[in-house]
Amino acid sequence: MTGKFRINGREYSIEFDPRDTLLTVLRENGFTEVKEGCSEGTCGACAVLLDGKVVNSCMVFAATAIGKEIITSRGLGDQNNPHPIQEAFAEVGAVQCGFCTPGFVISTFYLLQRNPDPTEDEIKKALDGNLCRCTGYVKIIEGVKLAAERMKNEKV
Amino acid sequence: MKKFKNVGKPVKKFDGVSLAVGAAKFTDDFELKDALHLSILYSPYAHAEIEDIDVSEALAVDGVVDVLTYQNVPQKLFTTAGQGYPEPSPYDSRILDRKVRFVGDRVAVVVAESKRIAEEAKKKIKVKYRVLEPIFDPERAMDDDAPMIPDPEAHMIIPAKYDPKRNLAAELDISYGDLEAGFEEADFIEEHTYWTHYGAHAMLEPHAAAAYIDEMGRLVVISTTQVPFHARRILSMVLDIPLRKIRVIKPHLGGGFGGKQEIILEPLVALVTWRHQRPSKIVLSREEVFVSTRVRRSARLRLKTGVKKDGTITALEMDVLLNGGAYGTHGLTVLSNVGSKSLPMLNKVPAMRFFARSVYTNLPVAGAYRGYGATQAYFAINQQIDMIARKLGIDVLDYWKRIHIREGETSKIFELIGEGREGTPQLITSEHLDEAIDLGAKEIGWYDKRGKRIEVEKDRVRGVGMAVAMQGSGIPLIDMAAARMKMNDDGSFNLYVGATDIGTGSDTILAQIAAEVLQIPAEMIIVHSSDTDFTPFDTGAYASSTTYVSGGAVKKTAEKVKEQILKVASEMLNAPMDSLFLEDGRVIQRDTGKSVTFSEIALRSLYMENQFQIEATESYVGEISPPPFIAQFAEVEVDRKTGFVRVIKFVSAVDCGQPINPRLVEGQVEGAVMNGITWALTERYIFNQQGRMVNNNFGEYKIFTPPDMPEIVTIIVDSYEETGPFGAKSVAEVGINGPAPAIANAIYDAVGVRLFDLPFTPEKVYKALKTTDN
Repeated sequence: MTGKFRINGREYSIEFDPRDTLLTVLRENGFTEVKEGCSEGTCGACAVLLDGKVVNSCMVFAATAIGKEIITSRGLGDQNNPHPIQEAFAEVGAVQCGFCTPGFVISTFYLLQRNPDPTEDEIKKALDGNLCRCTGYVKIIEGVKLAAERMKNEKV
Repeated sequence: MKKFKNVGKPVKKFDGVSLAVGAAKFTDDFELKDALHLSILYSPYAHAEIEDIDVSEALAVDGVVDVLTYQNVPQKLFTTAGQGYPEPSPYDSRILDRKVRFVGDRVAVVVAESKRIAEEAKKKIKVKYRVLEPIFDPERAMDDDAPMIPDPEAHMIIPAKYDPKRNLAAELDISYGDLEAGFEEADFIEEHTYWTHYGAHAMLEPHAAAAYIDEMGRLVVISTTQVPFHARRILSMVLDIPLRKIRVIKPHLGGGFGGKQEIILEPLVALVTWRHQRPSKIVLSREEVFVSTRVRRSARLRLKTGVKKDGTITALEMDVLLNGGAYGTHGLTVLSNVGSKSLPMLNKVPAMRFFARSVYTNLPVAGAYRGYGATQAYFAINQQIDMIARKLGIDVLDYWKRIHIREGETSKIFELIGEGREGTPQLITSEHLDEAIDLGAKEIGWYDKRGKRIEVEKDRVRGVGMAVAMQGSGIPLIDMAAARMKMNDDGSFNLYVGATDIGTGSDTILAQIAAEVLQIPAEMIIVHSSDTDFTPFDTGAYASSTTYVSGGAVKKTAEKVKEQILKVASEMLNAPMDSLFLEDGRVIQRDTGKSVTFSEIALRSLYMENQFQIEATESYVGEISPPPFIAQFAEVEVDRKTGFVRVIKFVSAVDCGQPINPRLVEGQVEGAVMNGITWALTERYIFNQQGRMVNNNFGEYKIFTPPDMPEIVTIIVDSYEETGPFGAKSVAEVGINGPAPAIANAIYDAVGVRLFDLPFTPEKVYKALKTTDN
């Protein structure tokens, strides 16, 4: 079947199998920043924003995402113009292998949209759906804090 | 502290932003036009022979191109261990075999136009198995009536004790001193048996491999490998493809921890692409990663120590049984490391015996895993020392300070145990364990908490425990790394290294080392790594070798480049070389202050006079393997009602020499610590009676998420290793050795219960509490 997907602000007409998940459709169409870590909804590497809410794209049938606003990590920033969250993660060492990072970036973005000044516990809770094996989360939490601070200051 | 421009600075990881954005490409991110997709059929039995396999229906499915079975793939025996040649692991594996040896062993591979077709067609393969008796208990593996698990033709290609008929994958029996006299002399004997369990690497990126034929007809393999050069060599050997026709590329890698030091998927895609002259690809599911890749081997360790009333340990005997699962990969070397990375810590013991065996069972295959045997050993040693100190009535911190190996000292073990051969004698050239112990103790609040059994709420009691450990920095006189560097017009440099950045940030720290030599910002170095066509050789990312060994190669290379730069500058400034020095991308004449920029030097050498390419290649082999040292402290809270153990705080103080990049050093320790904590508390392989892992997903194989984390503190102790690049030693593995024993010791401190087997699940702790209470 064919559907119109709105990804990172652009519209794409994509042919896909009705059994495909949103993760598959995104990855097969070049959005490889959305990572496949488990395909069972537990690792968060495939997190995207769907109409502003975080979802694991492996748990969403692509067909149900037609017409909705989909934002991936690359939709928030790119190499030359990274989002403050991406910049902060890189700066503090929250990125080791980086496979989980785009998912963490999305979850962090979602958190900071709703709560620009989160406590450490609120940060941890917001990232409960994301797994990382490299960092022990220490520097990821630090990265979220730094990003929150910078985003607050930017808004002022 | 020495003064550096680049070294010791938290330079931002070069690929950090690219990874955070999602631009960096991993194996599965490469677009391969018209690629064939592979799907593997696994054995449902732990031990069986394929009597008949009928793939005709699968082949008939529209879109299926090929089905691989043992009948149509090369049958050469090889080892999947990504180790140097000659590999110290048994040649006991085939790409596909007629016999299957664990639930999850490969039976067939369907090759199709899409992943979906391959997976559907796989269901149509009909296999008739002759089921054999399986062996799950390593203690039974060598019984006279035990069925033989490995291939009858399995063999080692180096001289080593190996007895496949008896399911013996490796054995070492090493001793020095008079053991009997030592035990005689002791006032008391402390003897306990400890058990450590299987563990999954659980790197977030599943294993994957892709292959294509390039425009010159050569085979290119892109894979999630920690060892691209070993992968190329082994592929050539197994598939009979000339090595010169193979190129292996390691793109960005989503974590390895040893799990990707294995040649598992590369032979499949290489074979399919070579045979069909089409691109091919396979990406494992999470379940496949858990079941069919590699695990940390489980261990039973019996530790016997003779101790005098004054605390002197008079003799030590360690008797180890490792369960390596269905294949022998890394068996001998992990087994060696159980002893070689741990026993030197107790170098003052006058008599020791290390008797260790690794056996085959019909369980998932053990391979390399961060810590590589040392983790298992330190679980036993640190608890044993804690118990002895308690018996002696002295603080375990003071006791460790009395007995641990020191700078300037050696251990007989270094020369007795190597990697599949005899070891290399070495002196400890840097060691700051006492400082680590003191700093860690202060941070955890040792003296306020130890033995206090603080009850924070009714039935919730806190305690503190600690552990020490060491590791190595590469394999001495075996691991070789090379680097190549060339200068560009603008005074920037390309640095080519075979070293394999698996997420650690090694590309960045290697650039920092080169930049330090040349006195330029690290950003002026463009790093290219891990491509067998374009980068020089490196054994790969294992054995805590990259900073020390690859770093050593980079430093030598940059020094050669520096000499050439000085030579050109000397011509330009008309001044002797020894009157020149480097500063901020310039060469300056000491007396006149006249200078030329790197760019001017490059332009002259490339375009103007006495033209040549400023470049160098150098290799490095470590003559010794200076161990990093670590002291780790856990504060736990035990719920007496439920047996639930929560880690409140975890402190590590590490002596890794001069940190090249302190932020990345902390990251290595923090990651290792968290991995060690969950291995101690929540991770476990649960098998049913047929040997099938039943919890093969992240929902049931529990690793912590952020809300579970304790407070984690990492302290880098001031240290400098004279033989290392700018004083550096390794740091990647050592941090995983302490969490399990530190937690065990802390649990004992809190509730007086001694736990000898991992993991410390609430049921186990609760049962132990009940037993002790009664």
